[in-house]
Amino acid sequence: MTNHWRDIKNSDLILINGANPAEAHPVGFQWFMRAKLDRGAKMIHADPRFTRTSAVADMYLRIRTGSDVAYFGGLINHVLQNSLFHDEYVRNYTNASFIVKEGFSFKDGLFSGYDATKRTYDIASWSYETDSTGFAMRDKTLQNPRSVFQLMKTHYSRYTPDMVSSITGIPVADFMKVADLVGQMGKPDKVMTIVYAVGLTHHTTGGQLIRSGAVLQLLLGNMGRPGGGMNAERGHANIQGNTDHAISWEILPGYLKIPAPGQKTIADYVAGSAPKKSDKNSWNFFGTNYSKFMVSTLKAWFGDAAKKENEFAFSFVPKPAGNASWMTIYDQALKGKMEGLILSGMTAASIGPDSNQVRQALGNLKWLVVMDALPTTSSEFWHAPGVDASQVKTEVFMVPTTHWIEKDGSFVNSGRWSQWKDQVLPPQGQARHDHWILADIFQRVKKLYQSQGGKFPDPILNLTVDYKDPLKPELDEIAKEINGKDLTTGKQMTSFALLRDDGTTTTGDWIYTGSYLDSGNLMKRRQGVQDTKTNDPTGMGFYPNWSWSWPLNRRVMYNRASADLDGKAWDPTRPGITWNGSKWVGDVPDYPPTMNPHDPAAWLPFIMNGEGVGRLFSNSMLDGPFPEHYEPVESPVANPLHPGNSASPVVFLYDKAAGRPDRFGTATDFPYIATSYRLTEHEHYVTQHVPHLVQLQPKPFVEIPYELASEKGIKSGDQVRVSSKRGKVEVLALVTKRLGAMTVAGQKVYQIGIPIHWGYVGLSADSDSSRGRYWLANALTPFVGDANARTPEFKAFLVNLEKM
Amino acid sequence: MATIQAGESYGFFTDTSVCIGCKACEVACKEWNQLQGDSPSFLADSFDNTGTLDAQNWRHVKFIEHVPDQSATTGNGTAWLMMSDVCKHCKQASCMEVCPTGAIIRTEFNTVFIQQDVCNGCRNCIAACPYGVIGMNSQTGTAHKCTLCYDRLQGGLEPACAKACPTQSIQFGPLAELQKAADVRLAALHSQGVKQAQLYGRDDKVYGGLNAFFLLMDKPETYGLPNADNAGLPSRNDAGGYLAALVTGVLAVVAGLVAFRRRVTG
Repeated sequence: MTNHWRDIKNSDLILINGANPAEAHPVGFQWFMRAKLDRGAKMIHADPRFTRTSAVADMYLRIRTGSDVAYFGGLINHVLQNSLFHDEYVRNYTNASFIVKEGFSFKDGLFSGYDATKRTYDIASWSYETDSTGFAMRDKTLQNPRSVFQLMKTHYSRYTPDMVSSITGIPVADFMKVADLVGQMGKPDKVMTIVYAVGLTHHTTGGQLIRSGAVLQLLLGNMGRPGGGMNAERGHANIQGNTDHAISWEILPGYLKIPAPGQKTIADYVAGSAPKKSDKNSWNFFGTNYSKFMVSTLKAWFGDAAKKENEFAFSFVPKPAGNASWMTIYDQALKGKMEGLILSGMTAASIGPDSNQVRQALGNLKWLVVMDALPTTSSEFWHAPGVDASQVKTEVFMVPTTHWIEKDGSFVNSGRWSQWKDQVLPPQGQARHDHWILADIFQRVKKLYQSQGGKFPDPILNLTVDYKDPLKPELDEIAKEINGKDLTTGKQMTSFALLRDDGTTTTGDWIYTGSYLDSGNLMKRRQGVQDTKTNDPTGMGFYPNWSWSWPLNRRVMYNRASADLDGKAWDPTRPGITWNGSKWVGDVPDYPPTMNPHDPAAWLPFIMNGEGVGRLFSNSMLDGPFPEHYEPVESPVANPLHPGNSASPVVFLYDKAAGRPDRFGTATDFPYIATSYRLTEHEHYVTQHVPHLVQLQPKPFVEIPYELASEKGIKSGDQVRVSSKRGKVEVLALVTKRLGAMTVAGQKVYQIGIPIHWGYVGLSADSDSSRGRYWLANALTPFVGDANARTPEFKAFLVNLEKM
Repeated sequence: MATIQAGESYGFFTDTSVCIGCKACEVACKEWNQLQGDSPSFLADSFDNTGTLDAQNWRHVKFIEHVPDQSATTGNGTAWLMMSDVCKHCKQASCMEVCPTGAIIRTEFNTVFIQQDVCNGCRNCIAACPYGVIGMNSQTGTAHKCTLCYDRLQGGLEPACAKACPTQSIQFGPLAELQKAADVRLAALHSQGVKQAQLYGRDDKVYGGLNAFFLLMDKPETYGLPNADNAGLPSRNDAGGYLAALVTGVLAVVAGLVAFRRRVTG
């Protein structure tokens, strides 16, 4: 979230797309209800299904899954055509006025620079025209035909209400009702929030689905403001923390890029990774400090072995030559290129797309280690129903771990608050903490390197393991290490702005610097609603002494943009930060605290960007500088905008590249659109072991539109088979009018809903005669992902439906 | 909330217009009261797999689907009704009236409570409860239902369900305060044009008034609740019966007299 949960109460309009907060985040959802009840905010939910969120929304719109770029694109067009954007904000706080290079174009669904053989773009033409100083040229009148503003206006002029309706299935009149409400949100005294979750992420166009919402928010001047922002709801209590600490292969902690092959020095690395300053008033804070963050990270990892003479051990860090995202791992295993795999806190056999293929991949391994508190579909895959255990050669080790309730540590919520928690129960049986298991493995590997040598022992032998007991590090010690310290004084660092690249400071994750000071662990703070006057002095709900929020305890990111050029709040009733004549007050400023906004050299508001302003046009995406609607890889219709380039032209096709048979289906065999999701009663797969929750949703089912069920003679409670090109599920039917037919590209289509929570492990499976043989929802989903992040397209694919 | 005190009337105001059907109330109730729950079964009834209030389920979220066929619609608590049902703790409690052992009492918090050590398992209360709230516990052989977390109230804590409810659909407090809050909420909904919103059990028309009363988004019958015309104690029906018996008796005497007179005169 750019903002945070409680802040949603400050909104006038809440757009919810690709999310179901009432079910997935019922506790956070109280703030949506407060906005509704206390300030009369309107809540608009666009979703393939009428869910428990829709049930309390002011407007529900049935939208075709994966078509939200068209929805937001239509809103962008409405705002641009009718001049409803926040003029002052757009001119000064976005790159609308930047001039794009000659040669940039968009035609028939393709941006300039496309290479059809490689299925990639050369993005050279997606950049700015520069002047003699090397900075981007700007036209603040926004009239230059190659200004971002004019290019954008042309790009989205195709997203007419009729086109939006044709793509999304939302009737024009209903879409216009939303457009009218959204159109009012560009006024300075109005503010809208967009809330999304994996319903936007889990598409081949996932990154652009989210960007299309962000572009709309920039046009309306809603980024950086309380009650505004782009707010991602994370799928677990600590998924935000996972991402911050580099769970994804392409980043190091704190969203530093993973080094690339060929980079030999810190300078090479920074040149290839850091944003570049493109305006004289851009601070480019991230780019400017990139080397300090990286060197301090290397010092935390490799201690004395990281020296100026050896580029601070930069050579110790892997520089992957190829993609190493989730699907790539299993693709490699399918090709027989993986020996073993350690799964910690997730079950590959359930969570991945095309689970039959993933199971095959697991069976190709020599060994598999599953670290989990309870048996999972991965630890048990070798004797799953229908599997002949004698034919599985993989040796599987189940290493019992503690559950989160059996350890202390931090949870980082969607709103970036790192909240410390205590251990509630002592570990049971032989369970050990995940980090103790890893510490133990590390020490054993290190010993092997010490005794036997190896190809490249330096990173292993020199890794800092500076804990009281190297085999049992305490999470408190690790939290302290993550914050980092000044090696010259031995004191904890108080801010990442003070990190240096001379080897005298450390950080385990620069965005967490400031969370654990010499005075103690700020994540433990609990000054909340027991005294609202003292603890929430601005009344905006920031509660600065409740836990700790990255970065630097800031509650709303980009908050310089909450004030106008003079430093006054756009809406005085909802200030973020304001200039009081000598300093910025309110939230922790995302800006130098005493920088006078009237100073001609004052920095632009978006300090992390090279541009210093919000990017309506961005060259940081692999699939286009403007979000464009592409069909899901499996779709019943051709893209109404450009049928010749229907799906994203740059998604990576694993099976094709590996020479495996095509595993995508067509509407002829699989006529219905399906989408997968979670229910409020379960948490992924682990709650299959919890009796009270199994009672609430005891059996796998699919939600089927009433009209389609009537055509097929299916009643609620009937056994049905849902199949895709990749596999099938055999589960119960739940017939409902909450799903229904829609007209897309002139064609009648149905969407079917598939909850994901079941498999061949757990109480439900144990009590079923089939042992849950065909219960894995991901047996249906396609092995293809977003062009940028490669997040799988779990949310849109084609199936057939039969009564059994 | 102020301290919970004996001598004050407490209850629940369950505002169904903000219920999101998360069932946290069901689970929190079971956890606190150590109820195992019934054996799991898929009921094919919207998202409800609990089915009914009984000895193992003291909160039950009902799901009633009225979603129209249109692809765009208003939710606002009217299209997919969700209601966390519970013992109503009636002022005129049918269960209490029929209990032969005096096991069912009104507590110092003005709630209705079954004393497990006095209940003899006769099941009269189960038959008498117009809301189907009470069930038999097969292990103890006694009748069970929501205690309004009597033990928590005695310890100064609000009931588990209200504590767990994320949207304040379940509000706990002194009855008078809850009634005031309900009136404000109803007025707000009516002013927003949600005319079908109505309070159930707020006044004395339903079993003399309910300590656990509701804001409903449709008529009571939609939720399977008796409307005011049908919500009276069994003893109310007795009055009619007694009157009919009296009339019958009088008529019989008159008829007898008439018959005798005919015989005499004949």
